[in-house]
Amino acid sequence: MSHETLIMFTLFVAIAVVVIYWAAGRSTSSRGFYTAHREISGMHNGWAIAGDYMSAASFLGITGLIAFYGFDGFMYAIGWLVAYLTVLLLVAEPLRNAGRYTVADVIGFRLGGRGVRAFAALTTLTITMLYMVAQMVGAGSIINLLVQRISEPIAIVICGLLMMVYVLFGGMLATTWVQIIKSGLLLFASLALSVLVLLHFNFSFGSFFAAASHAAGTATTGTVGTLNLMQPGRYFNGPHAGLDLISLAVALVLGTAGLPHILMRFFTVPSAKAARHSIAWAMTLIGVFFLLTSVMGLGAATIVGTHHIGKHVANVEAIRYINFTDPSNAPALNAELREFGYIVPHQDSNVAAPLLADALGGSLLAAFIAAVAFSTILAVVAGLTIAASSAFAHDIWYTLVRNKSSGEREQLFVARLSALAVGAISIALAVKLRGMNVAFLLGLAFAVAASANVPALILSLTWKRFTRLAAISSMAAGLGSSLLLIALSPVVLHEHAIFPLQNPAIVSFPLALLVAFLATLLKRDPQSEAMFSQLQVRANTGLGAEV
Amino acid sequence: MQHHHLTAREWDKLAADPQFQALLRERRRFVIPASIFFLLFYLSLPIGIAIAPTFMGKPAFGGLTVAFALGLLQFVMAWGVLFLYMREAKIFDLKAEAIATRAHEEFAP
Repeated sequence: MSHETLIMFTLFVAIAVVVIYWAAGRSTSSRGFYTAHREISGMHNGWAIAGDYMSAASFLGITGLIAFYGFDGFMYAIGWLVAYLTVLLLVAEPLRNAGRYTVADVIGFRLGGRGVRAFAALTTLTITMLYMVAQMVGAGSIINLLVQRISEPIAIVICGLLMMVYVLFGGMLATTWVQIIKSGLLLFASLALSVLVLLHFNFSFGSFFAAASHAAGTATTGTVGTLNLMQPGRYFNGPHAGLDLISLAVALVLGTAGLPHILMRFFTVPSAKAARHSIAWAMTLIGVFFLLTSVMGLGAATIVGTHHIGKHVANVEAIRYINFTDPSNAPALNAELREFGYIVPHQDSNVAAPLLADALGGSLLAAFIAAVAFSTILAVVAGLTIAASSAFAHDIWYTLVRNKSSGEREQLFVARLSALAVGAISIALAVKLRGMNVAFLLGLAFAVAASANVPALILSLTWKRFTRLAAISSMAAGLGSSLLLIALSPVVLHEHAIFPLQNPAIVSFPLALLVAFLATLLKRDPQSEAMFSQLQVRANTGLGAEV
Repeated sequence: MQHHHLTAREWDKLAADPQFQALLRERRRFVIPASIFFLLFYLSLPIGIAIAPTFMGKPAFGGLTVAFALGLLQFVMAWGVLFLYMREAKIFDLKAEAIATRAHEEFAP
């Protein structure tokens, strides 16, 4: 481990510890733990939402996807930005006014009843877990890249343990401030790196894009080899390319409105107006950030070269690898070792950004970028853990198991205990799934969020006739079908796939919506209809939202 | 169940209030067309790529392909809709506040 890296990592963890220490005294109630007492300002919340989005998966994942696949990686960035319009126009303000701690509060507002709450909690737990695994996989890649002696599984475990400390002691307030600080650092780092990339091309976009069109990338199938990075089709190719791309687009643009850890952020602000302002801040920051990731991704492809994006292996280890692991490629690998001083046995798209930093700014900048990415993962995972633990402690334990009779101390204890459990499970899953591109893994989490949560959430806020039965069946259909289709897809079954698309949203979202409509028309629900005036007035005016 | 100080009858009365109904209508008049517009605008990009991948890969200007240029246009669209909504929502806020204040006076304990 280089000294710069060690110092940077220690510095960043130290900053976080100070924030946690400061926040620890302020989050002694469950309301503080979940929502920071609803006292976060719109601007601060906007920076924190941007922080949730400028995650390791988008920073490392999108930069990597763009470096390897060009435009197809850029599609993720577009979808994730436009997705905030769904949140802005349809969800954020009524959600802020109708809910208190969790998504289940909103879906269960007039559809009160144990089934609705249990299902809403179940979808929250599933989505956050999928999302968290993607982040942890990213953590494994980056720590392993920097500290080669630490293997990926151990890196994932270290990251998971640190994150638990954040959540257990700091709660929502600490998590929010860690996010805000991190957003600032990450934007600064991305800006610096992008300027260096453009400087490399003398600030001429023409020659930058021209170089990107000529950069060698990974060619997967015959026709793809002729496509350059500026053209669509390098990632999504083959017979179902078009549908696959559309399905991903549906998942991305609708999924954000169903992500529990993002929705939960709107419970931390004092008013619907502040919720709206936080989105304005977030969309501005996220948009700029994604433009920068494109510059970094194309920069990594042209300046570093995709062939070199992966763990660099030098000296004795390289020779051992050539002689024992891959002797059939010995001549080519030996030539590479002579030319560059290292070999790259496996390409890893997740490390494009830090390697670009190393190529342009030397090891100090690379250490800074890696430390920022690392702190990003911790902060995002902490936010996810709060969302998951509140779903368990508030929805399942307090409301369902204890029938709202448990005391403050017990709730907080259960929340912390479930944070521990969620952390442990996702660590185990991430260790199993390491090596997959993290942006791609996230695409699946978005598909589940879009299908399981979005129809039930939007319809419960807007449709008077919507019923408990419909909410439960829509959530069940969305969750079940999206998970089942992923299990039958090429992602899991490879060439034996039964469902041909990589992303299930194009089937599972319409299905969940259809089920919601049919179930609503099947049987009326007078209690749900009677509660609608209260929900509607409250959601649109904020009356009764402060209790 | 949420805590609230108003009775079901009072909530119904508020929901039926002409001012409140007018606010809902105005909101819908903005939100529904805006949502349809941005979803169609966004989905037209992947659908366009699915239908005409070769055309989307053709150079447009300044070294950008058609697909990349249209992708950047999505950023402009997203920020544009955001700007318009933020402007519109100020009016919704005033009306919502007026209704809330009136309700507080009318139903204050």
